[in-house]
Amino acid sequence: MDVTLTVNGTTRTDSIEDRLLLVHYLRDVAGLTGTNIGCDTSSCGACTVHVNGESVKSCTMLAAQADGTEVTTIEGLGGADGTLHPMQEAFREHHGLQCGYCTPGMVMAAVSLLEEHPHPTEAEVREGLEGNLCRCTGYHNIVKAVLAAATSAPAAS
Amino acid sequence: MSTAPEGAVASPEAPAAPFASGIVGTRLKRREDPALLTGESRFIADLAVPGALHLALVRSTVAHARVTGIDLSAARAMPGVVAAYTGADLAGDYAPLPCGWVVTPDMKSPPHLPVANGTVNYVGDAVAVVVARSEYEAHDAAEAVIVDYETLPAVVDLEEAARDRTVIHDDLGTNVSYTWHFASDEAAVDAAFAAAAHTVSERYVQQRLVPSAMEPRGVVVVPQPIGGDFTVYSSTQIPHILKVLLALTAGVDETHLRVVAPSVGGGFGCKLDVYAEEVLALVLARKLRQPVRWVEERSEASHSTIQGRGQVQHIELAAEADGRITAVRVKLLADMGAYLQLVTPGIPILGAFLYGGVYDVPAYSVSCTSVFTNKTPTDAYRGAGRPEATYAIERAVESLARQVGVDPVEIRRRNYIAADKFPYHSVTGFDYDSGNYAGALDKCLALAGYEQLRAEQARRREAGERVQLGLGLSSYFEMCGLAPSRMWAAQGYTAGGWEAATVRVLPTGKVQVVTGTAPHGQGHETSWSMIVADRLGVSPDDIDVLHSDTAVAPYGLDTYGSRSLSVGGSAIYLATDRVIDKARRIAAHLLEAAEEDLEYTGGAFNVKGTPGRSVALGTIAFEAFTAHNLPEGEEPNLEASCHWDPPNYTYPFGTHLAVVEVDTETGGVRLDRYVAVDDCGNQINPLIVEGQIHGGIVQGAAQALWEEAVYDDDGNLLSATMMDYLVPSAAEVPSFETGQTVTPSPTNPMGVKGIGEAGTIGAAPAVINAIVDALSPYGVTDIAMPATPERVWRAIRTATKEASA
Repeated sequence: MDVTLTVNGTTRTDSIEDRLLLVHYLRDVAGLTGTNIGCDTSSCGACTVHVNGESVKSCTMLAAQADGTEVTTIEGLGGADGTLHPMQEAFREHHGLQCGYCTPGMVMAAVSLLEEHPHPTEAEVREGLEGNLCRCTGYHNIVKAVLAAATSAPAAS
Repeated sequence: MSTAPEGAVASPEAPAAPFASGIVGTRLKRREDPALLTGESRFIADLAVPGALHLALVRSTVAHARVTGIDLSAARAMPGVVAAYTGADLAGDYAPLPCGWVVTPDMKSPPHLPVANGTVNYVGDAVAVVVARSEYEAHDAAEAVIVDYETLPAVVDLEEAARDRTVIHDDLGTNVSYTWHFASDEAAVDAAFAAAAHTVSERYVQQRLVPSAMEPRGVVVVPQPIGGDFTVYSSTQIPHILKVLLALTAGVDETHLRVVAPSVGGGFGCKLDVYAEEVLALVLARKLRQPVRWVEERSEASHSTIQGRGQVQHIELAAEADGRITAVRVKLLADMGAYLQLVTPGIPILGAFLYGGVYDVPAYSVSCTSVFTNKTPTDAYRGAGRPEATYAIERAVESLARQVGVDPVEIRRRNYIAADKFPYHSVTGFDYDSGNYAGALDKCLALAGYEQLRAEQARRREAGERVQLGLGLSSYFEMCGLAPSRMWAAQGYTAGGWEAATVRVLPTGKVQVVTGTAPHGQGHETSWSMIVADRLGVSPDDIDVLHSDTAVAPYGLDTYGSRSLSVGGSAIYLATDRVIDKARRIAAHLLEAAEEDLEYTGGAFNVKGTPGRSVALGTIAFEAFTAHNLPEGEEPNLEASCHWDPPNYTYPFGTHLAVVEVDTETGGVRLDRYVAVDDCGNQINPLIVEGQIHGGIVQGAAQALWEEAVYDDDGNLLSATMMDYLVPSAAEVPSFETGQTVTPSPTNPMGVKGIGEAGTIGAAPAVINAIVDALSPYGVTDIAMPATPERVWRAIRTATKEASA
């Protein structure tokens, strides 16, 4: 079947197998390997992307289901000139990553979290990131980074 | 950081002031991060190799069986399938997988073939392979392979395996791989127990854990178009060791192999191995003359990647009336799984000398029986033997405290090795480099507000509140910085423990550092650049760190066992000093001054007392490159190497305090606070040190509270996905309160120790001690790991019933 998606601002049409997962579409068809795969059960969140602005585990969705949507991956989060998104900057500043494998998904989930709750408490950050696993950081610095990004963001109107 | 006298080369005897500038010790942001944060980094599954074939393995669905038939015909007819093979088809293509640790001369090790040939011994053992043009096609075809099994009885339980009623490997005649024993003086141990005012005898179970690095494993082998060479890309912690062992196992000349570890998404020991899939990808690439790629799925990883822990521990303490320990006796039963992987049999031995913990123990005996079971092989998992040892002694001293009737703080104070006894020659023969155990305890108690917490606990107990408070201490130490080669030889390990480094100043003044360490999240590029920047007086931005590619870094023994900084970093530190020595000779020649009249500061040699007479390092490097004007006999180029073999292990330590809330009606446990004071000697980058501690604590706490590889009686792994195996999320854990003391190690030039495993080693006993502490008024003295709500609830009910009976 043919699908048309806008990925990181670029619209593309591809002929794909019906059963192709969105994450495999992004990685193998669109060549955007920043989105990682960490499990088979939609448990780890490493593959989190934004579909029409909502955070989605891209292993949970068929590429066919994403037909006609706008998808943002970690590659499309920062500025076109290579500047980091404030959330990426906060992760770096607060050492919110070690091996970096969960990081793209974690950052995408964190961006989405702040869009829904611009000024979360620590407990809300922890609950909000529950669907994303990290084995390196113990979450301490991830939580710190997200809280810092929330503080530095302009107040919600 | 204090300043070393100019020109002084820090020696192993004088490590307290090994750094010159202000870079070391700062919280420099990691240079690794931008690529990881933007998705530019390339992990194994991201490597796009044109024409690569995809490998899928058909794995045994039963734990123990004779394979009576394999039908590949349907699979071979599937779209995209290039080849399919059984173990018999491939028997001539490789040797059995290697085990690098011979614990006893009579240790038994069954042949471990990459694809089983005849008998399968665990669920996940490979029985056939399929190679296809796409990943989807390879998996489809693997599912079409029909395997007939004649099921044999599975031996799952560790203690049952030791009884030998059913023998897994017929040829061995027993399930026991080895029995190992060490005693300082057996008669002295017996005498101490005979004379003891108190004895403690405990049995603890170290459940099996699934390491769960976020990136599953993977391998891509590319035959090079010319010369018969192969490049092996693998998600591994050990590219160097892998190269040697792949050469031996697959029969490829080592000079024709290059191993590269791309970005590696965590390891924790589970990528410290030579795996069937790595050998298979290589021999299939050789057979099919095309690149071969394999990427592990998570539910596959739970079976096919090693698991950690798996021990039954018996620990006994003898003590005087005041609680001073007079002897420790330990008997271990260790689960090897179905086969011995790279260092499987050595894991319990890595901890076996440490069951005396941080205490001044005069008599010591330990034995270990290691047995095969029909389960995934065990091997190194964060801490590897040392968390097991720390857990046993730190639980046992709290039992002793209850018996003696003193606070857990007091029992520890009475038994610590005193700070003035270091270097401490232990009864096991190992020399502990440095330590101040009471210092870390004091700091931890102060940070936590221990007395106030005890008061709050008393209040809740008095009020009979449903949610009770528990405080759990753990004073850990560990033996790391693996390892002095000769000491490792004595323990039966077949390789050395040195590390290699090359430092070169290029003609433009940029610096290249080549290291044999293989980072997978530890930030070596950042830390190693800080060490060299400090020594050379140049900016870290002018330093490039090359690693994890055997073509670029031919020598190395890789990353595990908290060794990279103390061994690999020391090699870099000393190689840098050799560069400075050579630069000094060239500088003296250029400045027409005596070497001893030169001082090296800020990246330039100056003639002492003669302002303006100086030459910068970059200039010297360019002179060394052109070689137009070098001292007589001096070789061109500014480069030096060091192969550092540490004279001793390092022994980091600390005290952790877990504060838990236990709901006595539901058995639910909440980790409320966690206070950790760690001492890893001098620190290069505290930001990175703290990150290692945080992550380590969660892995240790997870063993205590959540994680367990659960098998049924037939040997099926019931917790094979992340739906069923609870890797904690941010919602399960609190933020941590960390502190430090700094007791430099005298055994390496930087006075460093290692921090990668410390948090994990300290955490599990602290958390379980806290739960037992919360429930001690009910008469609870033990909770098995993981302390699930059901286990806690049952422990309360059982103890209450016993008390009222």
